[in-house]
Amino acid sequence: MLSSLLLAEGIAQLGAAVGAGLAVIGAGLGIGKIGGQAMDAMARQPEKMGDIRTAMIIAAALVEGVAFFAVIIALLCNK
Amino acid sequence: MKYFKRLLFLIALFMTITPAIAAEEEGGDIDLQAILWGHVKDSYEWHITDIGETPIVIHLPVIVHGKTGWHVFMSNEIEEEPIESGKMKGYKEAGKGTGLYIAPAGSLYENKIVEVADDGTETRPFDISITKSVVVLFIDAVILLLCVLIPARWCRRHKADDPAPKGFVGFMNMFITYVYDDIIEPALGKEAAKYAPYLLTCFFFIFVVNVMGLMPFPPGGGNLTGNITITFFLAVCTLLVTNFSGTKHYWKDIFWPEVPWWLKAPVPLMPIIEVFGIFTKPLALMVRLFANMLAGHAIAIALTCIIFIMASMGAFACGAMTIFSVMLSIFMMLLEVLVCFIQAMVFTMLSAVFISMARLHPHEAAE
Repeated sequence: MLSSLLLAEGIAQLGAAVGAGLAVIGAGLGIGKIGGQAMDAMARQPEKMGDIRTAMIIAAALVEGVAFFAVIIALLCNK
Repeated sequence: MKYFKRLLFLIALFMTITPAIAAEEEGGDIDLQAILWGHVKDSYEWHITDIGETPIVIHLPVIVHGKTGWHVFMSNEIEEEPIESGKMKGYKEAGKGTGLYIAPAGSLYENKIVEVADDGTETRPFDISITKSVVVLFIDAVILLLCVLIPARWCRRHKADDPAPKGFVGFMNMFITYVYDDIIEPALGKEAAKYAPYLLTCFFFIFVVNVMGLMPFPPGGGNLTGNITITFFLAVCTLLVTNFSGTKHYWKDIFWPEVPWWLKAPVPLMPIIEVFGIFTKPLALMVRLFANMLAGHAIAIALTCIIFIMASMGAFACGAMTIFSVMLSIFMMLLEVLVCFIQAMVFTMLSAVFISMARLHPHEAAE
């Protein structure tokens, strides 16, 4: 009985850690793609650098927001 | 600016004070999770720091309404060991009657004030105490009012043709104009002036509260936007403003959208999805702001705690890691200030976009 409780808690912590790691992969891929395409665009049209920079930061904040959903769920799993 | 280099040095100095003071201590086991949760969660007292062994704490009033009526007292009157010693705040006879104490870890209402009846059941009384978050809210509200009403007074006393103001008023003027021209007006167009008061309040409230939460000393240092109830309230405000300003075409597009008939006739699939959409958009706003700010504050605290952990591992590790931790802390704090601004901007921009989508007009829908 006690061992199955400990096992469940261990699995919960494992799940939380793996979930947070997967969220980081998702956020890294998404923001990396945004940054890369922003660099391409800035190189093509240097006079638009300010606008592109602003748009890149806004898109990165939105993608990061989604990744944070996963972090919150991982925190809830762990508690 | 003439004093830019000196200002930069001062800021860097402030950001190194916290890790440097931490590096002086030596200790045993450090419970990182407890420290993190302690700093980030709400509590009935404001623990500022520890000088040596004595904690410096500001006790805050507790205002509850239980079965025995209203109780108002300072939080240092709550007994530390209520169950073992048998003494509770508000009890009439030893071991009998209702009592108030803070529920210990493992209980359903951990760290909140509970009222315990004769048979030992714990219930939550009606609790409107002035907790740490409430005090931080008051302080930040005063700061926000000062930041906004002083430039407003300048605007009332001067005409439009007068030369631009300098100093703090000029900075606030520039900031507010930037938010209006670059965030609110592109989204709302002609109706920007009508919704600008709400959206500007949103932006500056979130920005001021975020930045105050980053400061490691009072009056800052309180975690307010990392509290999901605050962001929930902001999201509810956006929900109300959006839906109460919805035009007829907006509601028509939700309940009877222009999609193929089989998506709306026998089983109203699209209308149900659209109704869910009304609630998920502010929900995303709430979780995004909450998670970003909570994670930011947690990272700032955790990086400082690295020093404590290293200190408990010996002198050499402590010295070597302190430099690394100080550099990392400065970088993370600067990143956090940027994140504060970005999160306020994203919240305001998305609220403006939602309001503009609600103000749907027929000639736009026909395009």
